[in-house]
Amino acid sequence: MSLQIISIILGSLTLASALMVVLSKHPVRSVIYLVITFFLITSMYIMMNAQFLAVVNMIVYAGAIMVLFLFVLMLLNLNKEVEPMATRGSQLAAFIAGGSLFLVLITALKDTLILGQSYRENHSQIGLVKELGNLLFSKYIVAFELTSILFIAAMVGAILLAKREKQIIE
Amino acid sequence: MDTALLIEKSILVLLLFLVSLGAAAYMTYFERKLAAWIQDRVGPDRAGPFGILQPIADGVKMFLKEDFIPAKADKWLFIIGPGIAMFTALITSAVVPWGPKLHLFGRDIVLQVADINIGILYVFGVISIGVYGIMIGGWASNNKYSLYGAIRASSQMISYELAMGVSAITIVLLSGSLSLTTIVEGQSEVWNIFYQPVAFLIFFICALAELNRAPFDLPECESELVGGYHTEYSSMKLGLYLFAEYTSMFVSSAIMAILFFGGYNFPGMSHFSGNTLAVLGILAFASKIFIFIFVIMWIRWTIPRFRFDQLMHLGWKSLLPLSLINLLVTGLVIAYKNGWF
Repeated sequence: MSLQIISIILGSLTLASALMVVLSKHPVRSVIYLVITFFLITSMYIMMNAQFLAVVNMIVYAGAIMVLFLFVLMLLNLNKEVEPMATRGSQLAAFIAGGSLFLVLITALKDTLILGQSYRENHSQIGLVKELGNLLFSKYIVAFELTSILFIAAMVGAILLAKREKQIIE
Repeated sequence: MDTALLIEKSILVLLLFLVSLGAAAYMTYFERKLAAWIQDRVGPDRAGPFGILQPIADGVKMFLKEDFIPAKADKWLFIIGPGIAMFTALITSAVVPWGPKLHLFGRDIVLQVADINIGILYVFGVISIGVYGIMIGGWASNNKYSLYGAIRASSQMISYELAMGVSAITIVLLSGSLSLTTIVEGQSEVWNIFYQPVAFLIFFICALAELNRAPFDLPECESELVGGYHTEYSSMKLGLYLFAEYTSMFVSSAIMAILFFGGYNFPGMSHFSGNTLAVLGILAFASKIFIFIFVIMWIRWTIPRFRFDQLMHLGWKSLLPLSLINLLVTGLVIAYKNGWF
């Protein structure tokens, strides 16, 4: 019972901080709200006894990606005057794109609600590192390896772009 | 959860909090004394015998100074910055196993606040969010020197985290567990340093960089950046930043002792048992931490600072490839031992 209350409080806090990401006027503040959102999601993972996922979420999203976001924003020094104004067309496009993503997410979430319930009852250890490792390296091995190839391709691409620019300067 | 466990853990948390703060306070004294000895001076000797009350005098001074917030600073973030720095410095100690089990009042007391099965990842998670304290504080000050300091700190910490993580993975491969308790227990015979000297060297260098200690103290390099990320800070906010640095030095010395030097294990451990063993274990662990702190300070007063491009080269072009090769070799040896070839 008390667990349920905590989940409800955490969930509403997550939604509130996620909303503040969009609503807050200052880009750096938005990023900080996003970091808070990731922390709240981490706490949700812990509530579900998925310690490994929780910590990985913390390291990768809150610790690495958001630091880079903040890094770039601090260097850009964005303010009202230099902020590019969105045209009516791009606003409409953003609305349609965001709306369709939202629809897809809702249809996806409708099934996980039922699936998650039965999963949690049968496998309370599913989020721990041993179970996750076994699953990743047996059932999902192809997807796992393909993802790593994708990452390496992206990394090589980024390095190539950075190198080419340097040659032009020289 | 039963009440006795709750009380036990609360007392442990309180003790850890006080010990970390006390250790950090007396590390400032020790550092000043050590610097004095290295430079053939006397060091602080006015407050109390041998200047032993100097940290308390410093603390009182910090509290009594004027607390100033620059007019153009982002007020809330300016206040939050030092808080995050101190918070992240303190919470790492929650997963550290401080000694073998104590037996008191008919109960076995585990000297660790939380034995989570991903202890080492938790440590890395906390390290990776530790950079926010410096970044937010430096940016919110609205001062170019602070911003430079913050940007240096974050790029340095991101770069060195990688090599540090990879060298820690070798230890995970050796012990077959992410839990710090299991890692310590696995070293009761042979310490990990004898299997992994290269990983230790990389880990130690990276820890110096993560701590912003010399020779990697570019974020607060006074000859270029006035005071670095805390240029605009005063009073206890500045105190918290400096304090956080010493607290994380204490905790990271503990982590290094756990990963490579056997934690609370010491030679001849099998001759003792019960509470004697626990007390001796704690003492062994404390002396290892002390030695690490001493070495870190010794390096600061011996080696000059790196240039920033040298720092980046060292991190990305030397330490990271070296740690990857080390990881590969370790993995191959372990696979060979398990009969894969």
